[in-house]
Amino acid sequence: MSKKVGFLQGNEAAAHGALYAGCKFFAGYPITPSTEVSEVLSIELPKIGGKFIQMEDEIGAMAALLGGALAGQKALTSTSGPGLSLKQELIGYGCIAEIPCVVYNVMRGGPSTGMPTGPSQSDVMCAKWGTHGDHATIALMPASVQETFEMIVRAFNLAEKYRMPVHVLPDEIVAHMRERIVFPEPGELEVIDRTTPSVPPAEYKPYDTKFGDVPPLAAFGSGYKFHVTGLNKLPDGFPTTKAEYVQAEEERQVRKVMANVDEIVEFEEFMLDDAEVCVVAYGSTSRSARYAVNAAREQGIKVGMFRIKTFWPFPDKQIKALAQKVKGFIVPEMNLGMCSLEIERCAQGKAQILGINRVDGEPINPEQIIEKIKEVK
Amino acid sequence: MAFDYEKYIRPGKLPHIWCPGCGHGIVMKGLIRAMDSLKLVKEETAIVSGIGCASRLPGYIDCCTLHTAHGRAAAFATGVKMAKPEMNVILVGGDGDGTAIGGNHFIHACRRNINMTYIIMNNYIYGMTGGQFSPCTPTGHKASTTPYGNPDPGFDIAKLAIGAGATFVARGTAFHANQIDKLIAEAIQHKGFSVVEILDDCPTTYGRRNKFKSVIEMMNRLKEVAVPVKAAEKMTAEQLEGKVLTGVLHKVERPEYCEEYAKVIERAGGAK
Repeated sequence: MSKKVGFLQGNEAAAHGALYAGCKFFAGYPITPSTEVSEVLSIELPKIGGKFIQMEDEIGAMAALLGGALAGQKALTSTSGPGLSLKQELIGYGCIAEIPCVVYNVMRGGPSTGMPTGPSQSDVMCAKWGTHGDHATIALMPASVQETFEMIVRAFNLAEKYRMPVHVLPDEIVAHMRERIVFPEPGELEVIDRTTPSVPPAEYKPYDTKFGDVPPLAAFGSGYKFHVTGLNKLPDGFPTTKAEYVQAEEERQVRKVMANVDEIVEFEEFMLDDAEVCVVAYGSTSRSARYAVNAAREQGIKVGMFRIKTFWPFPDKQIKALAQKVKGFIVPEMNLGMCSLEIERCAQGKAQILGINRVDGEPINPEQIIEKIKEVK
Repeated sequence: MAFDYEKYIRPGKLPHIWCPGCGHGIVMKGLIRAMDSLKLVKEETAIVSGIGCASRLPGYIDCCTLHTAHGRAAAFATGVKMAKPEMNVILVGGDGDGTAIGGNHFIHACRRNINMTYIIMNNYIYGMTGGQFSPCTPTGHKASTTPYGNPDPGFDIAKLAIGAGATFVARGTAFHANQIDKLIAEAIQHKGFSVVEILDDCPTTYGRRNKFKSVIEMMNRLKEVAVPVKAAEKMTAEQLEGKVLTGVLHKVERPEYCEEYAKVIERAGGAK
């Protein structure tokens, strides 16, 4: 039997990907250019007995999301730049209280209201550092409609597996362009559900590390009663200021991600085998980069592309290895050099780094990238 | 026989953080008596709070308890209730948490008429941070940030809740301890968003700055200003000057949010 095919926008694919992953709960607030996600889910969720709620503001949406997730649901919110800024307080809550959920943020121009209908890639640092305090971050960067579907599923899997909020960061071009999509059959993509406790309720502790760095999470209303707080806490969930506990908990919450970097970090290597120049790109910009690499190869230039699929944790190991190999990195991005900073950190001066940076609401075109490739000495 | 509060208290979590003379403990005991009178199942009851002294209450009660971020209790609780409408969801917090930073979530929970009960302990001050003025600090009174007297007019929480659409609104005081459990129990039994404001005292950060010589004097003030709604009906406007009505102030029927959403599911064809 042939698979179901569609012609969808990235935002619509995100909504359908969430349903595939088992999402039963959406809380959001209208914001351009992400609103189609909520519109689709307002139609689809009640059809399967799921819940859709439009909250009074972005913060309330993040709060309701965490409440729904704590009550056992796979939960999604969608937003864009200004909304991501507002949600940061409670993204931090999700990190410290270790509540799985997915934050789909369509990147538009900023700061502040910026350019609501223009594309950008300037929220990558906001996703990582926007909420205060130390914490691990996972952020995925789709480059096509098909990949948006698949990455939402993966984002839910990572959220459930590591018990934390996970970001999906399409730029506005990916979110709004229409492409052919082949819907995966049920069972074709892996779907992970959070680990729930195996101990009787009287013995349950929500942060009991004897079960590893990601302790099982019970749902409210499932027979387990426990305490959840945004304060630094003991294994039983109650607040503490005891230095040894706080230090160990903070370190564990970062370690649970960083010890699994090889599993979490996904990337694509394109024509890199003999490359002397490496274009590092992500999102819609990687589509221009792919075109540019093909065109430059036709001109005899040894160039390839490293496409970032997981932005956080950053692919340190891969960029460090490439820095030993290539003469230079070209980093096209719709911001003033956020990914470039990370490349600089990893390359440690071993390769030239040339950024191509646009924040004018226009995509980076292949010609700009080809010209820059030729500048590498 | 004395009432056994311990069956609802989490073992090992007392003593509480509240100062001597604070009324929050009186409210907690009232809540426990109300829960007991309704035979609420602990595993099926979520108690949700924000940040502040009053918001520490859930930690002491042996239920599913969620101590959220400042002002966000109503929004977190809305998520819990939507996901699990069969749970009893009770919110607790203070006046600053609920009506300033959490004001938007508060009025929209009232508007939705989602079946939860919100107990607001109004002690007219931000206690935990050392006594800054709240939206409920009376005009002219002193707080650590109104050294020359508060220029702001205060909120009437009950009127705010009624105006925003809450379908059950009651008010009690920490002095009238025996009424608290009855008001809370009636609020929990009411289908829709119910608000119970308890006028409370903060001797440490409010009383000492506003010439209250003792906790007894603060409690006596609560006793003196409170007028039951029934008694108020027979009083003149002059007699009611400076008084605060107590008891059930507002009770109406209106469609409840989770039930309305269940109808949405039915219309979409998603009902089991």
